[in-house]
Amino acid sequence: MARVVVNVALKPEILDPQGRAVQGALGRLGLTGVSDVRQGKQFIIDLDGELEGDRAGLMEKLAGELLSNPVIEDFTLTVEN
Amino acid sequence: MDARIGVVTFPGSLDDADAARAIRIAGATPVALWHGDANLHDVDAVVLPGGFSYGDYLRCGAIAKFAPVMSLIIEKAQVGLPVLGICNGFQILCESHLLPGALTRNDHQHFICRDQKLRIESTETLWTTDFAPGQEIIIPLKNGEGGFVASEAILDELFAENRVIATYLDGNPNGSYRDIAGISNKAGNVVGLMPHPEHAVEELTGPTTDGIPFFTSVLKSLVGAS
Amino acid sequence: MTDTVDTAKESPDTEQPWAELGLKQDEYESIKEILGRRPTSSELAMYSVMWSEHCSYKSSKVHLRQFGDKAPKTDVLLVGIGENAGVVDIGDGWAVTFKVESHNHPSYVEPYQGAATGVGGIVRDIISMGARPIAIMDSLRFGPADAPDTKRVLPGVVAGIGGYGNCLGLPNIGGELVFDESYAGNPLVNALCIGSMKHEDIHLASAKGVGNLVVLYGARTGGDGIGGVSVLASETFDADGPAKRPSVQVGDPFMEKLLIEATLEVLHAGLVEGIQDLGGAGISCATSELASNGEGGMHVYLDRVLLRDASLSPEEILMSESQERMCAVVTPEKIDAFMVLCKKWDVEAVVIGAVTDSGRLVIEWHGETIVDVPPRSVAHDGPVYNRPFHRPSWQDALQADEPTGERIPRPSTPEALKQTLIDLISSPNLVSKSWVTSQYDRYVMGNTILAQPEDAGMIRVDEESGLGVAISTDCNSRFAKLDPYAGAQLALAESYRNISVAGAKPLAVTNCLNFGSPEDPEVMWQFAQATTGLADACLELGIPVTGGNVSFYNQTGDTAIHPTPVVGVLGVIDDVDRRTPIAWEDDGELIYILGDTADEFAGSEWAHLQGHLGGLPPKVNLPMERLLSEIMVAASRDGMISAAHDVSDGGVGVAITEMALRANIGARFWIPDNIDPFVFLFSESTARAIAVIARTEELRFTEMCAARGMSATRFGVVDSGLGADSGYPGEQVIVIDSQFTFTIAALRTANEATLPALFGG
Repeated sequence: MARVVVNVALKPEILDPQGRAVQGALGRLGLTGVSDVRQGKQFIIDLDGELEGDRAGLMEKLAGELLSNPVIEDFTLTVEN
Repeated sequence: MDARIGVVTFPGSLDDADAARAIRIAGATPVALWHGDANLHDVDAVVLPGGFSYGDYLRCGAIAKFAPVMSLIIEKAQVGLPVLGICNGFQILCESHLLPGALTRNDHQHFICRDQKLRIESTETLWTTDFAPGQEIIIPLKNGEGGFVASEAILDELFAENRVIATYLDGNPNGSYRDIAGISNKAGNVVGLMPHPEHAVEELTGPTTDGIPFFTSVLKSLVGAS
Repeated sequence: MTDTVDTAKESPDTEQPWAELGLKQDEYESIKEILGRRPTSSELAMYSVMWSEHCSYKSSKVHLRQFGDKAPKTDVLLVGIGENAGVVDIGDGWAVTFKVESHNHPSYVEPYQGAATGVGGIVRDIISMGARPIAIMDSLRFGPADAPDTKRVLPGVVAGIGGYGNCLGLPNIGGELVFDESYAGNPLVNALCIGSMKHEDIHLASAKGVGNLVVLYGARTGGDGIGGVSVLASETFDADGPAKRPSVQVGDPFMEKLLIEATLEVLHAGLVEGIQDLGGAGISCATSELASNGEGGMHVYLDRVLLRDASLSPEEILMSESQERMCAVVTPEKIDAFMVLCKKWDVEAVVIGAVTDSGRLVIEWHGETIVDVPPRSVAHDGPVYNRPFHRPSWQDALQADEPTGERIPRPSTPEALKQTLIDLISSPNLVSKSWVTSQYDRYVMGNTILAQPEDAGMIRVDEESGLGVAISTDCNSRFAKLDPYAGAQLALAESYRNISVAGAKPLAVTNCLNFGSPEDPEVMWQFAQATTGLADACLELGIPVTGGNVSFYNQTGDTAIHPTPVVGVLGVIDDVDRRTPIAWEDDGELIYILGDTADEFAGSEWAHLQGHLGGLPPKVNLPMERLLSEIMVAASRDGMISAAHDVSDGGVGVAITEMALRANIGARFWIPDNIDPFVFLFSESTARAIAVIARTEELRFTEMCAARGMSATRFGVVDSGLGADSGYPGEQVIVIDSQFTFTIAALRTANEATLPALFGG
């Protein structure tokens, strides 16, 4: 059993209006000194067996093509066993 | 023999019937194309309509790009098939990399539906030859994720190569970089447009009939080719 | 341990949580009598949701009966009260189904999802009749516009309606937006849907044909809204507010879109014998209603239901309000074809049971019988209450408190009148609704002929012939508070007038009756009065009520909302090309007022701004409304009329402002002789409309009005060149002779700034 966690966020240069809205809300609710908020997505994928070889390569490829849009997003991929 | 223009229906497509109506009004025959059917049925051009394909899940257009019909469209587009992507269709074209850049959430965070003024910047694409350069038109805009973004380099290239086909006038409704409302690929056969020309084809139901030339333009290119 | 029927027989004295589930002691005893034993916990769950106020209409039935008893004779009704929605013949083999429903309490708890699932629910009612949905409208009421809780609720509600409706691809063509202290803590979200079909497509919710299969299709069943129906709709909120937060339903509009397409395909392919949507009370409701409408019996295997959450108990499955689910009855010969069409649209479907002739609804869970009831006892023969009612002790004093000139100073100088107009058109109830409507798609499907801010929403049904329908939802709840009988009639009159002014002939009525607690005899009196008023007016105008919705318990503590009977009138127009918009176009066109203006300010917008509510509402004049309707429809059909607008909230002054803003072209007006300017401009007398007539049509039009006995007074002329002479060169202006002048730009600023300032740009 392997659990793959893919975190996707907008590239730093892309405007993130949702992150900005959240930043405003945090401030209004009393949290001072918030310098930035970025909103992203997390995919939690549970797989049978281990993630290795070709399968690992395919997972990485899909993270970069399906789960994220490389034009505007970056991703990180971690594997938990 | 009327030109045949395909309109793809994905699960969640909404403006496919409206695109078909616009095609009929322009004088061509609309052909319904099913997302799951990897067959273009001899159409001369394709429209990817507006809507919420796959509910806009994951990202707008991200799942649609993998539909069986899309691999055929991508292949043919790369060798000249005229393709018009409207709104969600534009999103699908960017996700498929037939067009550069991407569409993101409107900067003001709301869905917006309004009669939008545009300036037609390029009349050299297969879908815009029936306009005059700089012509100002009004067609409906309706979207929640309509902000076009791309790197500075790509934006410069688009303008330099006359591939920005329309820009927003009287206010930018969604935060699109450089007020871009629509773009084309290098060859000019693939065009993506955020606003909806198919909703401006009848006096009775649209703010104007300024949308018709998008559909008549492509007919001229097809006549020329045959 | 599953509580089976056998277990229930063997343990008659087991304590059961009937009170927690919202049942009363006598209702519990009644169930035991029907079954001859104590109910199983699953049966208890079913009865508790199906006998709740929201599902059984137990407090309202005795009054709603009037809609049937007093129904006018009419040829156009194809399906009347009692089905999911009424169906009306509009000619040429076309039929239209329409209905309005409330989702008030959920929208207070979770504004986005509450409103979104409200839209989802009403749309499913429409498709279950066999129609393709073609438009929606939303009638919204909130507390004061600047209250903090309104800021919490309103944006979420609007985003939810837009988010769900836009994704379904349904144009939103109008509605209402009202702010009143009365709704603080009890917002009202009433959603309307219209659908069109050919006569032969009409389907009903009945399970006929012994051996036919019962199929559950759509989204999987989860823990949404468990207890929502019996808990939320049958009890009021206490003053602690949203601290009590039961699970709400969460909507998936994409699934609903797939459901619409799959359902229409299976219906058109003739694969369905009966169909029902799953709304409040989910599977309990669908199975018991289908069974009681058909052969009378059904056998269900509850463990076959596809679940999102495997830990759900059978009681929870029966009570679940998971969205986007439908139930169909399909013959064994056609089930394979049915499944193929569902698969095409990626819609899951499973056979959960079959129609029987046992006269019982029997439900099994892993081989054990957990429900065995007579379906009619659940779905139709629930308790009927004759709740006591009496006229409130304060009603006489309220009605005596007329806003006369002695009691409340009236504007009499031109400056004061000018200020009054600005105050009115910038007040939250009269401002431009575009902050809301621009979040809704009005164009999808390409058949929207008229939408907000026009008087009615109008949709083209047949592209070849131009046949179309129009609809409007209206209610002035302040009028209803002053006099519920008249108030309900005035709501009907306004809706009737709105669609007539647009050029459509009124055909039928739907209603959403929003009231406080039926356990309060004063509220119950308001309800009784309103339903009687509405039934009487429908009879007099010759248009039947085809169906609707009741929402009780809209109150916080002891204070009920104003009685709010929202009425929706549907009309037909032979050719949408003839529709009448509100905006004038050409210089020289003459502006007439039809009808009579009297000094009637009780419950008016002007009085509201002075903080006053008292007196008797404007007189109802149904014969005059009928005459006005006939004239407006005839004038539209015969091409006599360029534009028109009904006169209602804010009177003539506000009506001409709305026309001017839409036209963006100036006009000159004068106060007619023998009437006080304040009264002429701001009184809210009924049965009036403003008509814009080309000079070439003037004689024909005035002769028609005179022949029919309708007073028509010319009081204005369209003129785009007034700016220079009135001190505003280059601008479009409205001039009211001897009174005041406004630029349209100034009016627009006042009218369009309010909502963005309050709720964000």
